[in-house]
Amino acid sequence: MPRRLLRDGRIVDDDWLYLAEAEGDAAAPLILTLAEWQGDRDKWLAQDRRLGVVLSPAHKVELLTPDIGRFALIGANFSGPSEGRGYSQARELREQWKFAGELRATGYVRRDQLFFMARCGFNSFELPETDIEAAHAALATFSRAYQPSNDAGLPLKLRRR
Amino acid sequence: MYRYDAVDKTLVTERVAQFRDQTRRFLAGELTDDEFRHLRLRNGLYIQRHAPMLRVAIPYGLLSSTQLRALGSIARRYDRGYGHFTTRQNIQYNWPKLEQVPDILAELAEVEMHAIQTSGNCIRNTTSDHLAGVTPDELEDPRPWCELIRQWSTFHPEFAYLPRKFKIAVTGAAQDRAASQVHDVGVHIVRGPDGELGFEILAGGGLGRTPIIGQVVREFLPREHLLSYLEAILRVYNLEGRRDNIHKARIKILVKSLGVEEFRRRVEAEWVNTRDSGLRVDDAEIARLRGFFNPPAYRNLPDTEPAAGKSTAFRAWYRYNTTAHKVPGYRAVYISLKKPDVAPGDITDTQMELVADLADRYSFGEVRVTHTQNLMFADVEQDKTFELWQTLEKAGLATPNIGTLTDMISCPGLDFCSLANAGSIDVAKLINDRFDDYDYLYDLGELEIKMSGCMNACGHHHVGHIGILGVDKSGEEWYQITIGGAAGADASLGEVIGPSVRKMEVPETIARLLEVYVERRQPNERFLDVVRRLGVKPFKERVYAAPAAA
Repeated sequence: MPRRLLRDGRIVDDDWLYLAEAEGDAAAPLILTLAEWQGDRDKWLAQDRRLGVVLSPAHKVELLTPDIGRFALIGANFSGPSEGRGYSQARELREQWKFAGELRATGYVRRDQLFFMARCGFNSFELPETDIEAAHAALATFSRAYQPSNDAGLPLKLRRR
Repeated sequence: MYRYDAVDKTLVTERVAQFRDQTRRFLAGELTDDEFRHLRLRNGLYIQRHAPMLRVAIPYGLLSSTQLRALGSIARRYDRGYGHFTTRQNIQYNWPKLEQVPDILAELAEVEMHAIQTSGNCIRNTTSDHLAGVTPDELEDPRPWCELIRQWSTFHPEFAYLPRKFKIAVTGAAQDRAASQVHDVGVHIVRGPDGELGFEILAGGGLGRTPIIGQVVREFLPREHLLSYLEAILRVYNLEGRRDNIHKARIKILVKSLGVEEFRRRVEAEWVNTRDSGLRVDDAEIARLRGFFNPPAYRNLPDTEPAAGKSTAFRAWYRYNTTAHKVPGYRAVYISLKKPDVAPGDITDTQMELVADLADRYSFGEVRVTHTQNLMFADVEQDKTFELWQTLEKAGLATPNIGTLTDMISCPGLDFCSLANAGSIDVAKLINDRFDDYDYLYDLGELEIKMSGCMNACGHHHVGHIGILGVDKSGEEWYQITIGGAAGADASLGEVIGPSVRKMEVPETIARLLEVYVERRQPNERFLDVVRRLGVKPFKERVYAAPAAA
């Protein structure tokens, strides 16, 4: 069964494969870890397919920026319920580096964090099956906010400033 | 004071619904203990020794009489008839039932209150000077800036899962009554090179296991950049603060390990990206917030001498429990929550209701919580202080000890807190029993005793003139004593005098410290000044000279 995820507010089948899932498929959009990307950068650059890369919490966003135009997807991994670096990574990617592709939250992603993730600029979420149906509503947990944000696709208006 | 508009109301109401659903899922087994822990902690709910503990936010310590009445009513109906005010100007309930917490939050929302971000690894309630707006030594009222920070930090999407908790204090006066130098970030209102108002920004202060005084990151920040600069500090901390060791996760450790120069360089580099973003504070917004803190309708009154010709008891109370006000004819009045047989900071439901009524009658319907765990009426007519005192006295709220030895700061200690190693409430009682002679207390003058039941230092023991720290020695409660700490503008960390002492020996130890002080002091020297002049040695020699009588 294909992986389901929440993307741009809709539950969809994932059209991306991780490297371990992509054996024998040379055309499907491919998600790499940073190590996989860095280890064989020239090979991946030469391939005619869409590429994505996932950052671990400790990775600096700057590691990707020389090639940022080559990525159609960037992921940030959350290692557990207390991990919070991905929120800053997302904002840096969207605001400083103007990354406009798919920004995906992976790892420990639950409905309770979704609202904050979306406001930082994530637009796709790998959720466990137990949370995925409820996740849509979680994006609308709060109808107002005090901060500017990167969630242009969501029906949230900033009132102040 | 600040009043909610539709946006604020919507947000707290939606939070109640969110937390109600999270609690339901936990009770239904859909969330694990650990998953729920991260969620409930961001809503002020701890699971403690006896029961859950719920901490309710009191933004920069300011309450309306309506809010205080609601707090009293909640204490009576959901708790055991009392609440505990904390050193960060909040209130804690020690006996709520988990399944009732969503209902408590719904009632709080009705009076524009909440428990959002009062615990957990996120930006906590912003604290401030309890004399804000009324003290003669103030450059500008810090509360509009506190409210600006409150809104910016509430549900800030990027900083909801920081390496560790994050506390901000703002002060605008020469005297620092908010302990801003031992906060993660201290914001001081200062004048810039051309006389314009802006901020000095400190970072990396904190107590706990590794007490550190905050360092200046920026000497002068133009006021329109306050939020973008805080955001830059928080981002550097969120990305680079340690997450592998809970004891090294506060920003103070990051600032210390990088050095303040390198920390500043990183913050400023980050700030370049954000300083002109949507976070710029525009004049209209700050004017709107200032409008909530306009002075009340003071009457045109002359200064008087209310204590003249009155009883000794009133004169003592007036001298210690009231303080100067910038408007002639007015006085700021402390309501002491340090009665000898009551845990410091505790107040009953009926006392809360009485204080609310008195606030309406004497102080424009507002009450403040001080970081020293007392309450305050900021705007009392001098000529009404006598009748106010009479009522407070009957209610046990006029103990004339503000700023003296028995105005102790204390955490709840082992009796209520699952983190504590040792009791603090019963030690406070032992100290009160020993030092019950007011003439002696007044002769000792300004003296701050601060007591924590464990290394987490909720009772700020490091910055007490005398600090008391509970430690566990093979299952027994012992106490380590420090002297020479201070939390004000001249903040310093206390020094340990020697081996820890048994619980019963704490009062005798303090008595010996005070003997040395009384013998060696020069005119107008406080205990703190003598410790700074002489060092720890003479005090230490006296304390350990012979076994203390138990």
